Amino acid sequence: MNGFLMSIAYDRWILPALLGIPLAGTVVIWLHAALGGRTAGAAVATPQESAVPAAGAELSTAVDEIATGVAGPARVIALMTFLVEFVVSLGLWPMFDAGQPGWQFAVDAAWIPSWGVRFTIGIDGMALMMILLTTFIMVLATLGSWTYIRTRTHSFYALMLVLTTGMLGVFMSLDLFLFYVMWEVMLVPMYFIIGIWGGDRRLYASLKFFIYTMVGSLLMLAAIVYLGLAARSPATGIPSFNYDYILQNVVVSPTAALWLFGAFFMAFAVKVPMFPFHTWLPDAHVEAPTAGSVVLASIMLKLGTFGFLRLAVPLFPSAALNETVRSIILGLAVIGIVYGALVSMVQTDFKKLVAYSSVSHLGFVMLGIFALTVQSVQGALMVMINHGISTGALFLLIGMIYERRHSRLIESYGGIARVVPMFAALLTLVSLSSIGLPGTNGFVGEFLVLIGAFRTVPIFTVIATTAVIFAAAYLLWAIQRILFNAFNNPENEHLSDLNPRELLIMAPLVAVIIWLGVYPAPVLRRMEGSAERFVNVVQARASSRSRVVSAGDIR
Amino acid sequence: MTLALPAVFDLSKPLQLTAALTPDLVLMAGAMILVVAAAWRPDSPRHQRAIGWASIVVTLLTLIAVIYFLLHGFSATLGPIAVDNFRWMVDVVILLGTLLTLMLAIDDNDREFITAPESHVLILLASSGMMLLAAARDLMIVFLGIELMSISVYALAGINRRSIRSAEGALKYFLLGAFSTAFLLYGIALVYGATGATNLQTIGASGASGPLFYIGIAMLLIGFGFKVATVPFHMWAPDVYDGSPSAVTAYMAATVKTAAFAAFLRAWLEAFPSAFSAWHPAVVGIAIATMVLGNAIGLWQQNIKRMLAYSSIGHAGYILVALAAGTTQGASAMIFYLLIYTLATFGCFAIVSALTRPGAGTVLLDELAGLWSVRPWTAFAMAVLMLALLGFPIFGGAGFFAKWYVIQAALQSPMPQTLLVVVLVVTTAVSAGYYLYVIRVMFMRRRVEGLPLPPHSGTLTQIVLVATVALLLVLGVVPDFVIRLTWAGRPQLAPYPVSTARPEATTGGRYSISGPTTVAPISQPVR
Repeated sequence: MNGFLMSIAYDRWILPALLGIPLAGTVVIWLHAALGGRTAGAAVATPQESAVPAAGAELSTAVDEIATGVAGPARVIALMTFLVEFVVSLGLWPMFDAGQPGWQFAVDAAWIPSWGVRFTIGIDGMALMMILLTTFIMVLATLGSWTYIRTRTHSFYALMLVLTTGMLGVFMSLDLFLFYVMWEVMLVPMYFIIGIWGGDRRLYASLKFFIYTMVGSLLMLAAIVYLGLAARSPATGIPSFNYDYILQNVVVSPTAALWLFGAFFMAFAVKVPMFPFHTWLPDAHVEAPTAGSVVLASIMLKLGTFGFLRLAVPLFPSAALNETVRSIILGLAVIGIVYGALVSMVQTDFKKLVAYSSVSHLGFVMLGIFALTVQSVQGALMVMINHGISTGALFLLIGMIYERRHSRLIESYGGIARVVPMFAALLTLVSLSSIGLPGTNGFVGEFLVLIGAFRTVPIFTVIATTAVIFAAAYLLWAIQRILFNAFNNPENEHLSDLNPRELLIMAPLVAVIIWLGVYPAPVLRRMEGSAERFVNVVQARASSRSRVVSAGDIR
Repeated sequence: MTLALPAVFDLSKPLQLTAALTPDLVLMAGAMILVVAAAWRPDSPRHQRAIGWASIVVTLLTLIAVIYFLLHGFSATLGPIAVDNFRWMVDVVILLGTLLTLMLAIDDNDREFITAPESHVLILLASSGMMLLAAARDLMIVFLGIELMSISVYALAGINRRSIRSAEGALKYFLLGAFSTAFLLYGIALVYGATGATNLQTIGASGASGPLFYIGIAMLLIGFGFKVATVPFHMWAPDVYDGSPSAVTAYMAATVKTAAFAAFLRAWLEAFPSAFSAWHPAVVGIAIATMVLGNAIGLWQQNIKRMLAYSSIGHAGYILVALAAGTTQGASAMIFYLLIYTLATFGCFAIVSALTRPGAGTVLLDELAGLWSVRPWTAFAMAVLMLALLGFPIFGGAGFFAKWYVIQAALQSPMPQTLLVVVLVVTTAVSAGYYLYVIRVMFMRRRVEGLPLPPHSGTLTQIVLVATVALLLVLGVVPDFVIRLTWAGRPQLAPYPVSTARPEATTGGRYSISGPTTVAPISQPVR
């Protein structure tokens, strides 16, 4: 296999190809829309299909539906593109050399030479897993919107494709300028996805999402300019935004490091989201269409923690490991873990429950990162993947039942295991994996975080452990109320069980849940190197930094 | 014909001085011929269009002349006008704006039944004044350019004789403009009194100081502040922008601003570096006030032209940040910003023009509701333009790079302008409030029941829209060529001693105010 991949120079074109394929798909959809595809789409709609109102339907007038088509071929183009993307990205798995330090599959090209901006991309173990997670989830998210998105499908799938490029770009970027551009590129498609195809309060939710993220990222922009100028070449004055170069050569004063870390922290903490900055998340999740929720939960939240792992902590270890700063962040992480779990328990809206559970899970990731042992960081990476799988699966299941019943309220259901046994079985399994039952993927990550973190920050860890119990409480209680209580709502009598397409979506997710629960070693092995390097770099830089405290300001 | 142009123009010789003004003279001669042609026949829509097209041809000829000069890297001796790449780059931006204005104006006049062909001639005359401003290396030429530009634009603002608001705006613009010109003239007089010179480089070399000189600079600051609409000299802008025909508004918001900023910057960098510590706090204060107020008041606008007026005030603040950097890199950032801003502004006003009902004069934001469902491509273009003005990467095209360059220049200055950058970043976040509001209204709200479809726009308007949006998007991916051009177009400062006045200037070689003095032809690599 590797021989074949080498023979086609896979390692040299794969990363640009992953960025380019979704854009190519966008262009195809765009051309299709422009060249009269709109009317063709309308013809596909059967009367039966268009009779069922979709979430975004209230937005569109009858005119729109004729103009934009109901389902149309856009979804087929998108699915094909995502399938190609996924298959192509699979080659990364065998080709990735877990033993080799440094960036793999790297590509470096000039972009804006006048400003020292380069198109530098490359991946390490954690980026590898995040990229595979992204390409995997996007296929399922597309299938999950197959019948859910009925209006303006061309635009919807085009935005999904562009969004993918943005997300993958963030995971690959090794140039801070490029990183920022990709970071912002993700923002607009998600804003439109929530704002156009979302629920009743979509305008509020989408604006909140945009403003929160944008304020955070503008601060990051200021910090990136500062770093780029600090790394400017003395001879020519041209800045450098290269990640490795900045990591090795830029020395900033402790005070400046605190400010810069603060700027990065705001950008990433909003995205994670950490405890006091999380309020956009429930709104965005609840209002977003299924695919939007899935992408938000599975991938976009990880970009925040990924940012901490890639930029904020390694670049400014002296600030990140400053006793006060670290205690505050660990404190916020643990508050997030417990608070998220407790708030989940009292939710009446199932989607909101899962949204708050994300706050709790991502708190574990933050705990793992800032506990700073190889085990806890590996655990954090595992939680990132597992949360992507399990929560993505939960949102997909919620979307499936919502399409049938148009309610996300837990009280609308009850005892529906009898009418939709397949749905009930899958929801139970996925919930158990989200709780972290041994034998499912959820267990591996949280367990690693807890044992890893216990060595360095025992008190925080002990408090965080309680949330594992709360997690069992809120999810089990919720599925009890949805699936198993007395069947008391006649409206649920005619719910249909999952159809083949929906089973097709869930099958790979279930397979991954079991696989990672039983045999996570291949994944862990690939991420071990980057986790170790992260811990080493941070500790080495933090200790060397104490020696060069007097190195002075940026100049 | 062998018209041998010297590599270095000797401006003391009338013939060579005239030769150095060739592009300006092409435009002026064209305007003179067309004003006769416009008067020759009675006003009619057809005649209006013909003169409009002829004006476009004249502008293109001028552009060719400018590009010829730009590519050959001429320079000149000390004199009333500058022969450098800064002038030619600013001219390119001005002529681009003129071209777009003429294209919009032809359609605009048709729709509003303005049959005055002289409107196009007025645009050409105003542009001649602007080109003089870009060339001016003498305060008297600055004054000449300002007057030629302003008087033509006063008339343009009132060109729609049937509109009361147009008349109101024009009168307001005229009175306040005359008032500001008085400030400018008084400032010139005081500076002359303090230094005995009106030539910018002579003033700079004199290293003057003292109250007379500083008051003179303050007067000039007020005069220029009016022309580029900075707070607190911005009061006229919303009313005038709202009242004027869309094409003229775009012209005022982008091109007039470009020319005024060019003269502003050249005067400040060449004549007043010795007073840096005196004017710098004032410029910083004005820049902060402009960014904050322009963007904050923009949040409350319901009329799209007024919203764009406040947005343009906010952008004047951002451009002032580049000026406050006090470096030639700041000048390069300013040209780049003005170019991108010109494209975005003309795109926006092309949309306003396309959506305006005959006689309505403007568009309310509510009328944009659900625009996506009836005019999807227009809505898409508007979204790109809004994101460009917001400074968003990729989707907003080069808007992000423009802001980035300003930030970079401000931080890379020998005296890093951290405060200004923080304000710039924060006010950018504030401006997201109204730029996004437009996008929200277009894409996420239903179209108002019973609202008729927007009228079909003219071909030229559509060309302007497509061209500006496409250019913005392309430059948003591959900006390097234009960055190189603007870098080559930074002003070349004279080798006068500045160390006495600005100790910081000696620290950074490349970005110091006493930069290299040789004129680099554009073909030469930038660094």
